[in-house]
Amino acid sequence: MADLDEIRSMIEAALPGAQVEVQDHGGGDHLSAMVVAPQFEGMSRIDQHKAVYAAVQARIDDGQIHALALKTRAPEA
Amino acid sequence: MSSDVSTMTEEQILEQIQAEVAANRVFLYMKGTPDAPACGFSMRVVQILDHLGTEYGARNILEDPRVRMVLSGWSDWPTIPQLFIDGKLVGGCDIVTELYQDGELQQLLPS
Repeated sequence: MADLDEIRSMIEAALPGAQVEVQDHGGGDHLSAMVVAPQFEGMSRIDQHKAVYAAVQARIDDGQIHALALKTRAPEA
Repeated sequence: MSSDVSTMTEEQILEQIQAEVAANRVFLYMKGTPDAPACGFSMRVVQILDHLGTEYGARNILEDPRVRMVLSGWSDWPTIPQLFIDGKLVGGCDIVTELYQDGELQQLLPS
């Protein structure tokens, strides 16, 4: 069972100033997250995803997160 | 150049992967083959590339479990399929689908 607030704060800590929404898609370990971060400006979509996965890697490794579907983008100019 | 991968060391597999990615502007690591995809996610990417009329190389990672392990270690991406364009990993099924829907994939692909 992942703690959604903890997941969100882990992402916010890794990406200061980001707008982060985390949702549970069932079972507490199938999550989705929407992350709009200034750091994503000029980053490829996959590097944006890698940055988010890295931020929550501890929860992936301990199995609290089984799947994390991501929507990422830089803020509108 | 499809030597028998089972006799190869992991270093040789990595060199082969790097050579394939460098030799093809568009290269897809997938489960199965474009004509016979063995997984829905791989099939989805094949459908997108075929729909766009893209010329691409492909490799069936099911031929040897070490291929996926070496590839994921090198690309730092855990899942299959993996699509490379101009030597760079673009993504798995979700990202490729998203980029296609946003019209961005078409810009990344060679015209």
